[in-house]
Amino acid sequence: MLIAALRKELLLQWRSRAQFMAVFVFGAAALLLFSFAVGPVAEMLRQFSAGFLWLGLLLSSTLTLAESFHAEMENRALEGLLLLPANPRALYYGKAIANWLQLTLLGIALVPVMVILYDAGTTRVGSLIVVIALGTAGLSAPGTLYAAMTAQVRSKQTLLPLLLFPLIVPALLASVKATSLIILGDPMNQSSAWIILLVAFDAIYWSLCGLLFGRVVEE
Amino acid sequence: MATSADVDAKNLARRYGRRWALADVSFTLAGGAVLMVAGPNGSGKSTLLRTLSTAVRPDGGSARIGGFDVVREREDVRKLVALLSHASYLYDSLTAKQNLAVVADHLGRSRANIDALLDRVALGRRADDTVATFSAGMRKRLSFARVLLQEPRVAMLDEPYGQLDPEGFVLVEDVVRELKAGGTTVIIATHQLARASAIADEAMLLEAGRVAWRGKASEVPQR
Amino acid sequence: MKRNLFWLAIALLAAAVYFGLLVTIGDQYLHADLSLGLPVVARTLVAFLGGLAAIVILLIADDFSNLSRPKALGIAGVVFLLIGSYFGLFVAPPEQFMGETQRIMYVHVPTAWFALVAMTLAFAAAVVFLFGGDHDWDARMEASIEVGVVLAFLLCCQGAIWAKPTWGVWWDWDPRLTTTAVLLFAFLGILALRKFVDDPHRRAMWSAVATIIAYVDVPIVYFSVKWWNSLHQQQSNPNTVSKPFWIPLRANAFGILLLMTAFIMLRARISALRLKHELAPPPPLDDAELGEAI
Repeated sequence: MLIAALRKELLLQWRSRAQFMAVFVFGAAALLLFSFAVGPVAEMLRQFSAGFLWLGLLLSSTLTLAESFHAEMENRALEGLLLLPANPRALYYGKAIANWLQLTLLGIALVPVMVILYDAGTTRVGSLIVVIALGTAGLSAPGTLYAAMTAQVRSKQTLLPLLLFPLIVPALLASVKATSLIILGDPMNQSSAWIILLVAFDAIYWSLCGLLFGRVVEE
Repeated sequence: MATSADVDAKNLARRYGRRWALADVSFTLAGGAVLMVAGPNGSGKSTLLRTLSTAVRPDGGSARIGGFDVVREREDVRKLVALLSHASYLYDSLTAKQNLAVVADHLGRSRANIDALLDRVALGRRADDTVATFSAGMRKRLSFARVLLQEPRVAMLDEPYGQLDPEGFVLVEDVVRELKAGGTTVIIATHQLARASAIADEAMLLEAGRVAWRGKASEVPQR
Repeated sequence: MKRNLFWLAIALLAAAVYFGLLVTIGDQYLHADLSLGLPVVARTLVAFLGGLAAIVILLIADDFSNLSRPKALGIAGVVFLLIGSYFGLFVAPPEQFMGETQRIMYVHVPTAWFALVAMTLAFAAAVVFLFGGDHDWDARMEASIEVGVVLAFLLCCQGAIWAKPTWGVWWDWDPRLTTTAVLLFAFLGILALRKFVDDPHRRAMWSAVATIIAYVDVPIVYFSVKWWNSLHQQQSNPNTVSKPFWIPLRANAFGILLLMTAFIMLRARISALRLKHELAPPPPLDDAELGEAI
């Protein structure tokens, strides 16, 4: 069931890969714009680089998440699948995993932009990818659930960030701190505490949202 | 092939906001029978089909499909029922073949007879085109293939004639006869009274969310 | 039956407030030893759960028919608040380090507690609705969220008023205050969501789901902000109050608790009446009318 759902999601995402490029360009543009808020001071930009990366990723993620339910709603395809019957939990995890993969790819794609614009290079590429994967997992679990809700109401563009942003404060905070420690150096090895917080956040929301998704998409 | 009532609705009601789309509908339908549901726009035909196929929950009354309750035993009902809805249930960005493959995957069936089904609804030559390039009638045909793929015990067809060409009309009638021959119970909601009463056994007229007339398809009162 | 429940709840409320909550508050903020020999965590839990249980029983006892109970609770709450404010503003001596600014603690601390209690109540109501499907609990959830949002907003304002003369900035990123601000936005989002969903069943289900998800976030937000803040700067908490002065604190806590309960009961009543209208059965149609229609 999960494999069928995941297969469908990946196929849908592959068909709409132009959209991924558009979101990437949006994220890169956001990174460029953030630097104007600070000014051309290399050291300051480097200090804030992790925060900018995650804010850019967060803003782009609302586009990705909302888009992932666009195809489900235009011809009520999601309802069609539920009536087969498909397990709502499998549908949720299929979509959440697909969104997670896409956001992780997006995050990794934005790293070079960050390195170039903010001079924020690091040799710990592996750790950076792990942090990006954990952070985007924290975005996509509640994000997919809320996108399912807001895709079905009026003024969806406003509601999704309104619901999602306060919720993911801990994940955002932990991701920014961990990324920042990786870039700026971590002599006291503090990043592990933030990674544990991220793992805990992910574990809680990946299980909780899966349990509740059925209530959101069913009448 | 059930002999007792396959569909059993009691005082079924459903509201949208303040308006009762379905106010009070009770009827039974024997297994393997073909029922035509007719009535003016807004009389509750679609809502009746959507309620019986568990797409929406009833706000009042109850219904059983094949002995299963549409609220409490929703999963069991869904295994028996296929709905041809107003919405096509298709992914525009996928091809016709991929759309059916998604359905087959979720049903846990093999993808082997997808090509045959596409030929059955005369879409064989467009199998690898995306649905976004399809006309409304072609989408309807593909939705039909989707219903056939589900191999339902009860098929609910909401406006099956809508947007189809004359060849499509013949296709609908062939498909309904085929389903009936296979023991499937069929409910058709339609405005095409003359056409549908030719293939239906029984008929029901709805008016303002209530049953206005129920009887043999051959005896439908002409308005 | 409902009458007994009502008095049981009142007794529980009084016990929780007196023995738990205020002892803890007195200990933490006023350095007054009223501990009764219990460790802080135990007292806090007893107080919190006791108060919560009391309000839940009160809500169950309220069958939405009797207006006099919430009114009486509300009036009592106002009286307590007046007493508390009088003692807090005019009788209590100014604090030796922070002077007159410290007086805001007499409302700030009770507001903080009951903002969290209201949110917890919303969470409890959401869980009850999700498993029971009883729309009365949807009404109670909406009422708790609204009252909780008002309290959280007041808390943020009070926090800013406190921080400016004390730290020289409007916002000092205290974990408790920041958590409240995050919660405020999370619950405002849920109230916004409710406005955009017309179907009462969906609205109730979605806001219950969103409430549960938002509430689960509370401890995570708290700890993340705490770590984040502690790694930056170490700031002393506003508990350097030397002279014990418990009357205003206690009176205000009672006042806010009673007032909050009254508001939740009244607001739940409005929601329940609206829902009753929205969920009314179909109007009967007589046969003559039906015959005409054909």
